[in-house]
Amino acid sequence: MDILIRGGRVIDPGHCDGVADLFIRDGKIAGLTHGGGDTPPADCRVVDATGMVVTPGLIDLHVHFREPGHEYKETIATGCRAAAAGGFTAVCTMPNTHPVNDCAQVTEFILAQARVAQSARVYPVAAVSPGLKGEGLTEFGELKKCGAVAVSDDGRPVASSLLMRRALEYARGFGLPVISHCEDPDLSEGGAMNEGEMATRLGLSGIPNAAESVMAMRDLELSALTGGAVHIAHVSTAETVRAIRRAKARGVRVTAETAPHYFTLTDEAVQDYDTNTKMYPPLRTRGDRDAIREGLADGTLDAIASDHAPHSSIEKRVEFDQAANGIIGLETSLPLALQMVHDGVISMARLVELMATGPARVLGMQYGLQTGMAADVTIIAPDRAFTIDVDRFVSLSRNCPFNGWEAKGRALMTIVGGRVVHELDRG
Amino acid sequence: MRNKHILDMASLSPAEIKQILDTAVRMKEISRRAIKKVPTLRGKTVVHFFYEPSTRTKSSFDIAAKRLSADSMSFSRATSSVVKGETLLDTVYNIEAMQPDIIVIRHSSAGAPHMLAKMCRAHVINAGDGMHAHPTQALLDMMTVREKKGRLNGLNLLIVGDIAHSRVARSNIVGFGKMGAKVMLAGPPTMMPMGIEAQGATVVDRLDEAIPEADIIMMLRIQKERQKRFLMPSEREYANVYGLNLGRLKNAKRDVLIMHPGPINRGVEIDPEVADGPFSVILEQVTNGVAVRMALLYLVLGGK
Repeated sequence: MDILIRGGRVIDPGHCDGVADLFIRDGKIAGLTHGGGDTPPADCRVVDATGMVVTPGLIDLHVHFREPGHEYKETIATGCRAAAAGGFTAVCTMPNTHPVNDCAQVTEFILAQARVAQSARVYPVAAVSPGLKGEGLTEFGELKKCGAVAVSDDGRPVASSLLMRRALEYARGFGLPVISHCEDPDLSEGGAMNEGEMATRLGLSGIPNAAESVMAMRDLELSALTGGAVHIAHVSTAETVRAIRRAKARGVRVTAETAPHYFTLTDEAVQDYDTNTKMYPPLRTRGDRDAIREGLADGTLDAIASDHAPHSSIEKRVEFDQAANGIIGLETSLPLALQMVHDGVISMARLVELMATGPARVLGMQYGLQTGMAADVTIIAPDRAFTIDVDRFVSLSRNCPFNGWEAKGRALMTIVGGRVVHELDRG
Repeated sequence: MRNKHILDMASLSPAEIKQILDTAVRMKEISRRAIKKVPTLRGKTVVHFFYEPSTRTKSSFDIAAKRLSADSMSFSRATSSVVKGETLLDTVYNIEAMQPDIIVIRHSSAGAPHMLAKMCRAHVINAGDGMHAHPTQALLDMMTVREKKGRLNGLNLLIVGDIAHSRVARSNIVGFGKMGAKVMLAGPPTMMPMGIEAQGATVVDRLDEAIPEADIIMMLRIQKERQKRFLMPSEREYANVYGLNLGRLKNAKRDVLIMHPGPINRGVEIDPEVADGPFSVILEQVTNGVAVRMALLYLVLGGK
């Protein structure tokens, strides 16, 4: 069905920011009109978007769906529906499934499950090394042909500098970015939270900022050496933000993302041993959080990605140091990012860059609301207040530290290829 | 007593600490009698749940419960269903179903007693959780010092050793601090946790400069395994630089107290002549441990 989105503030960074009508026909953007008042064609759905923000569909560069392997935590279908509910039209799924997405068969399986789900699009990220073991390269060429958009050993750092160098070089030939989970495994070994006053008070082993930044600095140098595109995942420290800023200034091919918890929470949230505050990298200090907000505002960081990491009570209702790392984020990412807009940290236009066009640029995609492009569109209700309630999540998992928070702003409608995959009651 | 559980020193007020120490003095008297038993907790059940090996603390709690006529039973990780893969919560739900009045827990994970306290009807007493807290040890240390010095306020406590991995150090820093003592810390910088000053302690660079100021010197056990994580070069070097020997003790105050939570490594952190010498109160700490634990069992169950 064709859709006319009327009267919203249409933001397509670099092309448009103003009240306009957006017309979708045959799954594609058919045009943008500023006058309004045209009679919509018959058999066209008209959506009143007055007071809303209309943007290119949001893309989450970093999610963990647990299929194949741990379907009790999240399947590709439930993950895609959670993405749509959160305003995302596409997600990049990390390869640390069981089996690992390190070969064509697994990539094809993931894409087949995504087609069945008929919700948000899935862009698989394939492993850098078979089994994430860090002992060799996967077949980037074939993986790309099957649909992989990037390579990463996310969840496991690429400990060998030589392997990282070769991955960057080899990926360059295919135009694939290498997504780096920056962690020095020796420095982080045994750690349960950020190293500092809070860890000392709670008697938990700490992970220093340097566990992330020394690896980030290594990867920036290797990118400079090889000309390969590196994308730094889930940046959590001020030192990494500064290193990326300096590298960008000298022309290194680097992009970077951070997650909502790193610009929202600090390690003080751990104080009650709540395992929903345990993630890798860990929540850091106020100084780090502020540096990340600055990096989001000034362009050092290119994307907000949720690092959606579903776990069940089996992994989370245990002793803090035994608990699995990670929280889910697809259904809270946009509200938490909108809070930065309400607080004046970033503009609405910058939010759209960070959550839609920025992620697309990381993946090397042409993306936006220009005529002829696929109609992936998100309509945001920026002022709609609601209480975050994990029991109303579409995701199969509930591991979220924001349960009970009052939020303002969420996705009203998510459209993928001209098809409505999520729609909130107008209430 | 306002607290339902005894989880750490941070959640006890100075008034409550004083109440516990005063009660412990009365309890100590019971242990000196010919018949070392009173009927106070008859009909109450105390479960000692030790996830981590312990001889001293476990026997101390067991004796404390028996002297108050409580029924006590203990089980360790090895004899529980934990080895069959049962989670901590499931194990505790099962213990709870047998309606104990108090669960005493020792666990290698920081925060485990706090997790239990949130879901237990029974009172939870922390007998040591990971590197976090060991409140009964701090209380028995404070009792011993108060007994010898008549006060805690204004004293200088010097804790020496592996502060980073020590729940005893953390609880004493908080506990002695609350009672007005000054806490100094000495040890290899590799074993000094980041931001410990925020707990109210002062880190001193050289052990020998701090010894003359100390009213109490508390030596911590050094674990050989620490060499694996490159925290120290060797036990020999540790003993040379941070071990308490007679030579070092020459510069100490004439009424200094030497303490150690045990078990001690003779010749490493403390020399035999010091551990067994006239300033050592190491075994009195153990005696007072029973009294403090009797006091806590009594107070959490509503005693006054």
